[in-house]
Amino acid sequence: MDLYALFESFEQTLIGDGIRQSVWIFPAIEAVHLLALALLGGAVLMLDLRLLGMGLATQPPSAIERQTRPWLIGAVSVMIATGVPLFLSEALKLYDKEAFWVKMGTLIVVLVYTFAVHNPIARRDPTVGALSKTIAAISIVLWLVVATAGRWIGFS
Amino acid sequence: MDLARFAVWLGDTQGSIALHESLYMYTLIESIHVIGIALFVGTIAMVDLRLLGRAFTSTSVSEMTRRILPWTVAGFVIMVATGLLLFYAIPVRTYHSVWFRLKVVLFLIAAINIWFFHRRVQRNVEHWDRQQVPPRAARLAATISLVVWASVVVTGRMIAYNWADCDRPQPDWINWIAQCTSYGG
Repeated sequence: MDLYALFESFEQTLIGDGIRQSVWIFPAIEAVHLLALALLGGAVLMLDLRLLGMGLATQPPSAIERQTRPWLIGAVSVMIATGVPLFLSEALKLYDKEAFWVKMGTLIVVLVYTFAVHNPIARRDPTVGALSKTIAAISIVLWLVVATAGRWIGFS
Repeated sequence: MDLARFAVWLGDTQGSIALHESLYMYTLIESIHVIGIALFVGTIAMVDLRLLGRAFTSTSVSEMTRRILPWTVAGFVIMVATGLLLFYAIPVRTYHSVWFRLKVVLFLIAAINIWFFHRRVQRNVEHWDRQQVPPRAARLAATISLVVWASVVVTGRMIAYNWADCDRPQPDWINWIAQCTSYGG
């Protein structure tokens, strides 16, 4: 089955169809998606600011990583749980949007990076320096790309 | 001063028209506004979670506010600057938006809550600075803050939808709140 046909079947799911039938369900899901973005931003920034030598400088990075992890995972889960139905409601429209593919590609990269590279390094309490600043900067830039591309989907 | 007429005047200025009709500028400002949410609401949420005893419990409340709130203020500046530009691009419709008006009321509630927190709650912070779960007044201020700012995000997002716009038939109460009789000056 080719990708376009797959997206066509996504669009025809019960959830996708149900959302399209209503004028307010899509905006409501979108609003929750946005609230989770705020929480995600807070959780990511707390750790990245620390790795940059700012924010809660008296706490070791590992402590901040431990404190923010549940909120990070919670926020990402809500974003995916709301993002999937939004996707199902307009899968074919998204298929043709470059911003959508940029967002999904970057999202996969940033999730792997965060949980396989960034947070494990933070847990080892790096001193503030080239390494800690680089991993924080990569994290911030990747999340910014995801957020901007996400916003761009609505306009392009 | 008549604000409805001011909105019409503003919408007829060259800058407003240019912004409204621009291909990328409006989208770019909107994107910065959204990213600003992550910085502004995100950092506020972290401070509020500390005040609720739900995160960073080994960090003192005063360290949290001293080290994190400056980022919140930076986020607020970004939100206001981009928000004013977004209003400037579409002034008449936004001024008469029920969602926008609700958002302004929520700002006032948030401002009162911030005043309450700084004047009443934070005044004796040294007595409970290191408590894992701060006293009730602090938790109340944190809860109000989370609810109000979340509502600001939601109402802000809803401004983009036109169900409650004055140029469509609306129930009396929406016409009344949005002052539709003075729509377009």
